[in-house]
Amino acid sequence: MHDSAFQIFINVLLANNFVLAMFLGLCPFLGVSGKLNTAFPMGVATTFVMLVASLCAYGLNLLLSSIHLEFLRLISYIVVIAASVQLVEMVLKKYSPTLFRALGIYLPLITTNCAVLGVALFQTAREYDFIQSLTFSFGGGAGFTLALVLMASVRERVELSNVPDVLQGTALTLMLAGVLSLAFMGFAGIGA
Amino acid sequence: MSAATANNFEELMQGIWRENPTFVMVLGMCPTLAVTVSAMNALTMGVATALVLIASCGLVSMMRNIIPKEVRIATYIVIIATFVTAVDYAIQAISLALYDALGAFIQLIVVNCIILGRAEAHASKAPPMPAMINAVGMGVGFTIGLLSLGVVREILGAGTLFGVSLFGANFQPWVVMVLPPGGFFVLGSWLLFFAWNERRKQVRGEMQNA
Repeated sequence: MHDSAFQIFINVLLANNFVLAMFLGLCPFLGVSGKLNTAFPMGVATTFVMLVASLCAYGLNLLLSSIHLEFLRLISYIVVIAASVQLVEMVLKKYSPTLFRALGIYLPLITTNCAVLGVALFQTAREYDFIQSLTFSFGGGAGFTLALVLMASVRERVELSNVPDVLQGTALTLMLAGVLSLAFMGFAGIGA
Repeated sequence: MSAATANNFEELMQGIWRENPTFVMVLGMCPTLAVTVSAMNALTMGVATALVLIASCGLVSMMRNIIPKEVRIATYIVIIATFVTAVDYAIQAISLALYDALGAFIQLIVVNCIILGRAEAHASKAPPMPAMINAVGMGVGFTIGLLSLGVVREILGAGTLFGVSLFGANFQPWVVMVLPPGGFFVLGSWLLFFAWNERRKQVRGEMQNA
């Protein structure tokens, strides 16, 4: 892998957006994208967890490879992610209780956000070095936030318009996501 | 049918139909959309997830009285991760082509909310037998969900089913169906279909009552 950091960043932010092109992290994408003022903090919190998880995963991978325990990789990654989510939860609870309540159940669920584990697994699979891993996770988080914010803005508008009853709910959200994803396909090719 | 069998049947059908993880509860969306570009991938993913689900629900249920309340989620995750690692190596040994096609999504079974949800909501409260029957139902329900997406996407997007060509050489594939947007559209259409069906039944019921 000889991709430059910038290339990786743009690639994962737009061309291979985690949510809209790789289908990672759809649960919070469908769950928290109803309102703009919860969507953005959720994106930032997830990005932070991704950065921490990616850092730890990089170190862990070095350690596990050096003692030939690669089969423990998955288990140790998930434990690290759970711990960093706990950290974010405690920080948020102390400094912004309102936000903490607004995010509710979705905050602990960052642990089971496939985008976070996805970052750790992909950077291992592609053998990124330290800087590449960091940009990859930051770009992934930024892309996740971007998708979440775009979706929340669209949904806030759709809420005000007249939609057939039978289309209400998840079916409509998925159709909207499909259109967004179609739009993001226009970026295909600018990354690696 | 005795009361016990009727109960087991009820447990089984809960996951397959009434609380189908894909269409009713809308859980485990990431693998549902990502790997269903072909029917074969969908089937493999469904079976792999079902195996992990059954094994981890059984183990969680057996250990439900030993696990302290405070660390239960962490314990469940570690149990699930263990079984996923086993399934991951098993698929790699059975078919390298399938392993490459599914990529990281086999390992991402760990964070499939269906499994953790089942462990927390059902297996942690029930004895091993009903818990595993329920898990079988959920697993089959999830596989059906994946297949119904995979079949539609493969037929429309590639003109094949399980790799067998259906329409001959003149078929012009609808490529967008095997690309990411297609996943969203097909799942959206399925949900739309079920919502419409539900509504039709409701209206019919009201007309009969009137």
